[in-house]
Amino acid sequence: MTLKQLSVFLENKPGRLSQPCKALAAAGINILTLSLADTEQFGILRVMVREWEKAKAVLEKIGCVVNVSDVLAVEIPDRPGGMEAILSILETSAVNVEYMYAFTLKRGSNAVMIIRVDNPEQAAQALQQHGVALLDAAAFFRLA
Amino acid sequence: MSAYPIHPDSYADFLTPGELHRIQLHRLQTVVRASYERVALTRQRMQERGLNPEHIRTLADVALLPFMQKTDLRDTYPYGLFARPMSEVVRLHASSGTTGKPIVVGYTRDDLNVWTSVMTRTMSAAGLCAHDVIQNAFGYGLFTGGLGAHYGAEALGATVIPISGGNTERQIMVMQDFGVTAICSTPSYFLHLIEAIEASGNGFKDLQLKVGVFGAEPWTDAMRAHIQERAGIKAYDIYGLTEIIGPGVAAECCRQDGLHVFEDHFLMEIVDPKTGQVLPDGEEGELVLTTLSKQAMPVIRFRTHDITSIHPEPCACGRTIRRIRRITHRSDDMLIIRGVNVFPSQIEAALLKVEQTLPHYQIVLSRREGLDQMEVQVEMTEAMFRDKVSALEQLQKKMAHAIEHVIGLRANVRLVEPQSIARSQGKAKRVLDQRKEGSTP
Repeated sequence: MTLKQLSVFLENKPGRLSQPCKALAAAGINILTLSLADTEQFGILRVMVREWEKAKAVLEKIGCVVNVSDVLAVEIPDRPGGMEAILSILETSAVNVEYMYAFTLKRGSNAVMIIRVDNPEQAAQALQQHGVALLDAAAFFRLA
Repeated sequence: MSAYPIHPDSYADFLTPGELHRIQLHRLQTVVRASYERVALTRQRMQERGLNPEHIRTLADVALLPFMQKTDLRDTYPYGLFARPMSEVVRLHASSGTTGKPIVVGYTRDDLNVWTSVMTRTMSAAGLCAHDVIQNAFGYGLFTGGLGAHYGAEALGATVIPISGGNTERQIMVMQDFGVTAICSTPSYFLHLIEAIEASGNGFKDLQLKVGVFGAEPWTDAMRAHIQERAGIKAYDIYGLTEIIGPGVAAECCRQDGLHVFEDHFLMEIVDPKTGQVLPDGEEGELVLTTLSKQAMPVIRFRTHDITSIHPEPCACGRTIRRIRRITHRSDDMLIIRGVNVFPSQIEAALLKVEQTLPHYQIVLSRREGLDQMEVQVEMTEAMFRDKVSALEQLQKKMAHAIEHVIGLRANVRLVEPQSIARSQGKAKRVLDQRKEGSTP
């Protein structure tokens, strides 16, 4: 139940973010969601796209270093405590959340979060046991 | 003796010391006489010391002669040190000067034959023979690497692919499709090729590559181990200088334990870089070379600034010509940072300790509030990249710590994007010194 996310190494300099975005646009690849982690010196651009293999090749062609990681797309009830419920499930199953970011669209009354954990399989199992909906690729890309 | 075929030109690698010394002395006397008679600078400097060619009676008498520096070649630009008329000079090469004019060197027909022969011996020492298909990725042109390796490999009887440097995709295609068994390039360019081959997903298993002949820039044993392991080849170090002849001054044999100097053509001495005193075999110092057979531009006691030592003991390969330890640093690439002597090779060793693979790096020196600042920029590679900020920060810290451990100075490590560090002629520029003169503390 995991999805593939691409991460790209960027220097923290003006104009750096636009290059990979431009390359993806030129290849007709739509960025479904994106997050940027940065420090003073460098940043990591994380993107979700439909055809991740193609996107990876496009980015590598322009000289980017690209990393592929497994992430979860988790449906979260859009109400107070919704997020907390998910986190406590992960906590009790000893899964460590490395980072997360919100997907731009909602699914019904639920929000969708992209969560990267240290153990995606175990996290998926724990969440599903507690009745939390995870989106597979088909469901995820239907949203976009 | 080695198990692989040895080219007939290599017979001179196996002379007895007596035979070698007889040849060396005869050639030294000839070259000193020619320089004295035909090169104004040499004659003037010898006369200042009360010397004439008759004073050279033994090989040790070479120490009487004045040194020649790179600046002498620059000051006499372009033809001031030529000992033959231009009608006898059939080739020119030039080395890119870091400041102003380049230096120009000339070759007669005989000089080219000698150069070809020492390069053939270089290839033969690396175990190559007529059955090999050699991809020559040294740059062709004024740079001596391309044509030097080209003619040597051709005279060996091997199949030469004169692909020159650059165009990585085509290099890989040729390597695969032409059944390439050996490559000549700078070690840093081959590292780049390794990365590209691995990224293409094909790897080295389908390639027939078995030998790499690498030179034109200093590299370390750790880098060799890394190249040999990742590419599954034997990586040999070769040595040469434009001022002397180009590549073909010294080369490693199958033992990979020091470089055999082609002593019948190049007389070597090791001197104290400060005093110029000749040092005994085994002691580390600056390599000084005299061309014994060059006609167009004889060079006497040239200060190479390369730091090494002579290994006089016989080599297990059977060659009797003596070896020098591989050159990893130069007396003039020593950096003085906050009063501490630092060689780029030390930074390289530290980076290799952290990652086992050598990324492209550059040392950037600046001065802030009177204090030297060292930043080591390291190009991100696929192997190093992690999706977590904390992991990358950890990597920076580990590298900075390893560098501090080796040189005793704090360095700021900055991770930069691939291909963002400038390269020239396939050589990586290791140091960018932005400290302004006159702003010393």
